[in-house]
Amino acid sequence: MPVSGGRSWFLRGVRNGVSIMLGYLAVSFALGITARNVGLTWFEAGLASLLNNASAGEYAGFKVIGERSGLWEAALMTLIANARYLLMSCAFSQKLSEDTPLSHRLLLGFTVTDEIFGCSMAVDGYLDPMYTFGLFVIATTGWTGGTILGVLVGNILPHQLISALSVGLFGMFLAVIIPKARQNRTVLVLVILSMGLSWACSVLPGISSLSSGMRVILLTVVLSAGAALIRPVKEGSDEP
Amino acid sequence: MNHNMISYILVMAAVTFVIRALPLTLIRKPIKSRFLRSFLFYVPYVTLAVMTFPDILHATDSVWSGLLALIAGVALAWSGQGLFVVAVASCLAVFISEIFL
Repeated sequence: MPVSGGRSWFLRGVRNGVSIMLGYLAVSFALGITARNVGLTWFEAGLASLLNNASAGEYAGFKVIGERSGLWEAALMTLIANARYLLMSCAFSQKLSEDTPLSHRLLLGFTVTDEIFGCSMAVDGYLDPMYTFGLFVIATTGWTGGTILGVLVGNILPHQLISALSVGLFGMFLAVIIPKARQNRTVLVLVILSMGLSWACSVLPGISSLSSGMRVILLTVVLSAGAALIRPVKEGSDEP
Repeated sequence: MNHNMISYILVMAAVTFVIRALPLTLIRKPIKSRFLRSFLFYVPYVTLAVMTFPDILHATDSVWSGLLALIAGVALAWSGQGLFVVAVASCLAVFISEIFL
């Protein structure tokens, strides 16, 4: 493991993080529009992005805030929307040398996003955490800055543009799920089932009185558990 | 400043941090349970699908422009376009259709 050279690893991270930052700027701008729609100020939205660094997780939390549901529901929603990071962090932990200090491990835990995880795992051998910190510093600047911009610019844009930009985040969600659905039959069936049941639960008498947060939580747990029982991932692989 | 909002944000941040930091500090091992690995594999796709539909229909001024955004997004993502193109296409579908609706 590289003991010295932490500074050069950090700078390398900052350099490689620029493209992540640009991507984040666009996604978090759409997230900022959503935050504004549920009534968050630029400060609150910016703080949420700085502390969370998670698009789906933040969107899920903002939904709960928009409905003024309870704090425990916000916690459950965040848990569900961010559950995949549990898998990522497990893989990430294999990339660390045994003598990586606890303080670095905790800080690394703060930085795990899909993109930063991907870049960090691509390094040869054990990871020098400084590289990940470099990636994170530049990436979170774009993430937090874009969220704040989304709220502020959202306040001055004409209504038709806000209406259009409000679907930006959904477009990004689709860009994540559809390619996998095309490639994997089980995911395709599951996505169609998820959308169909989500719609049904929103209109059926009785169930539709559930908050949309609870709907997401229940459907995710039931459908994912069902799929895991019927089509478990293949041995030695992470995919079904 | 709304303290209530801040408490929501802090709860979200705490949960997110625990999910990410736990495997790096205490667990430090790959997850063995095949069921749990399978469950965690499917969770993001189900959550994102459930959060997208039917909410996308109510995000815009008209249900129809939302539906067009969904169709445009699915079609472009299916044809292999990236995150940015898909998102912009969804927004454009709403903007253009709402001129006529």
